[in-house]
Amino acid sequence: MKLPHPHLYGLLGEFDSPKQLMDAAKKAREAGYRRMDAFAPFPVEGLSRALGLGRKHDLVPLLTLAGGLGGGLTGFFFQVWANVSSYPQNIAGRPLNSWPAFIPITFELTVLGASLFAVFGMLALNRLPQPHHPLFNIERFKRASNDKFFLCIESHDAKFHLVETARFLQSVNAQHVTEVRDED
Amino acid sequence: MSAGDPPVNSPEIPRLSPVIEPGHSYATVTDKIATIVLTRPTSIGWLAGFSLAFTLMMVLFISIAWLITKGVGIWGINIPIGWGFAIVNFVWWIGIGHAGTLISAILFLLNQKWRTSINRFAEAMTLFAVACAGIFPLIHTGRPWMAYYMVPYPSTMGIWPQFRSPLMWDVFAVSTYGTVSALFWFVGLIPDLATLRDRATNKAAQIIYGMLAMGWRGSARHWHRYNSAYLLLAGLATPLVLSVHSVISFDFSIAIVPGWHTTIFPPYFVAGAIYSGFAMVLTIAIPLRKAYDLEDFITMRHLENMAKVMLATGLIVAYGYFFEFFMSLYSGNKFDVFLVQQRLHGPYSPYYYALILCNILTPQVLWIQKVRTNVAALFVMSLVINIGMWLERFVIVVISLTRDFMPSAWGRYQPTFWDWSTFIGTLGMFVSLLFLFVRGLPAISIAEMRELVAHEDHK
Repeated sequence: MKLPHPHLYGLLGEFDSPKQLMDAAKKAREAGYRRMDAFAPFPVEGLSRALGLGRKHDLVPLLTLAGGLGGGLTGFFFQVWANVSSYPQNIAGRPLNSWPAFIPITFELTVLGASLFAVFGMLALNRLPQPHHPLFNIERFKRASNDKFFLCIESHDAKFHLVETARFLQSVNAQHVTEVRDED
Repeated sequence: MSAGDPPVNSPEIPRLSPVIEPGHSYATVTDKIATIVLTRPTSIGWLAGFSLAFTLMMVLFISIAWLITKGVGIWGINIPIGWGFAIVNFVWWIGIGHAGTLISAILFLLNQKWRTSINRFAEAMTLFAVACAGIFPLIHTGRPWMAYYMVPYPSTMGIWPQFRSPLMWDVFAVSTYGTVSALFWFVGLIPDLATLRDRATNKAAQIIYGMLAMGWRGSARHWHRYNSAYLLLAGLATPLVLSVHSVISFDFSIAIVPGWHTTIFPPYFVAGAIYSGFAMVLTIAIPLRKAYDLEDFITMRHLENMAKVMLATGLIVAYGYFFEFFMSLYSGNKFDVFLVQQRLHGPYSPYYYALILCNILTPQVLWIQKVRTNVAALFVMSLVINIGMWLERFVIVVISLTRDFMPSAWGRYQPTFWDWSTFIGTLGMFVSLLFLFVRGLPAISIAEMRELVAHEDHK
């Protein structure tokens, strides 16, 4: 499909407070926009819900569980295999499969696996590291990491129309509605 | 703020100072913290402090080089006292790290807003303390170049480590702790690195912070997953931090040496770790807020709360000492009873009395609110507790080992110049790293401070 606006990534509206951004996001969703994202200098509670992202968008907890289970099970059975079968050491006739003695390391590896999966899973799902993004072309967007709040309606949204969408953003009190272009 | 929190500025509790002084906006918070890193010129004080600390770090490296050349004989350790300063310092440093994790993870789960402005540098403190701690067991092996034997890798010798040994548990606990602390710290830093990237004016800073920020742009979707990951990490770090000092206490309590073989060790080691760690956070926070004018962010409320945590954990530690003492006498085991006598009247009894003075008696002044809100007094208290906790580990390691079961196996321990130079060297390394951290990274979480501002505005 040929995009109607080549090189146009979307329209960016700027807001002063998290509340304004939240209202704008809700109204945009009511107006039928779907492909959009909001940007804030700190996590705003409920913002992802206002954008229509449900719980199932967040795979981080599931990945963390998988990492924890994987780390713990690998850790435990590896110790059993190493100390019972691969290199058994008979120390005063004590049982080889002394599982309680394997628990501390099993616990540590559970935590390690879960933590690594939580962090790298979060980064991977967020598609980070991502050195280039069209939004970085906008000088004002630098304030997204300081004190301003942004809503970007992307150009591949079915309802996107350069003039209409810009008018919509102004109607929800966005200042500085800017075109975001991705030119090489 | 959850319903259980005390109202911060309500008239009923007027004496509580706020967690952030009024009148701050998102931009002022960003400015104040980011300029410390980006635009503030390097001061003479910073250079002088860093030079001193760096010199001491070189002392550490020289000591290690000499140790590797000559062997552990340059230390005061002998038979039967095989665990001298190296293990005392190892346990002390790891313990200091624990407060950082407690502040960043446990207080986060408990929704304590006052953790916000101290968690970043407390986590940095954890990392640097773990780095200092890790050096000791490594060089204590005598042949540090063989230390990789502890790593379970498929060796051509066809052998595996003994996983039932607490010393192996230690390897896993400390390395996991170091890794998870680093992850937690870095995840917290990502949004702030993006702030520094966006504000930096020189090319090198833009590139370095830009690479570290990995293209973070504050997207709502990203924040959503970021928050889940952060919360999960906090939940994982909480049992981890409790396990680490428990495992370290197993190094002692699994052995049958009198004074070590007690079940009270894990909880009392953890409480002691938090006690010394909070003391170290105060030791760092007090000069830091003064030097960089951060009194608006690290308020009296923070200092007072930390003093209260020290008082509480100090009482748990006192309880531990009391029951250690009581159980030794109550058990009727003659070796345990003898050990108590040795602590009270033996050659190292001055250390024991100094420990009681530093860790139990002096901190009771923290009951007085005037002391808790006096910055100078708190600073002195934090140093006293740091010394006291170091003495605790010295008493545990040295008195038990010098008074074993048979008088023929008794000995004495005298630290040498190289023991001291290694220890003081790690202090230099710790402080050098802190100086570099304060200069290169935001010492207070900017994103979380903005959240705090939003929350205060909303009230």
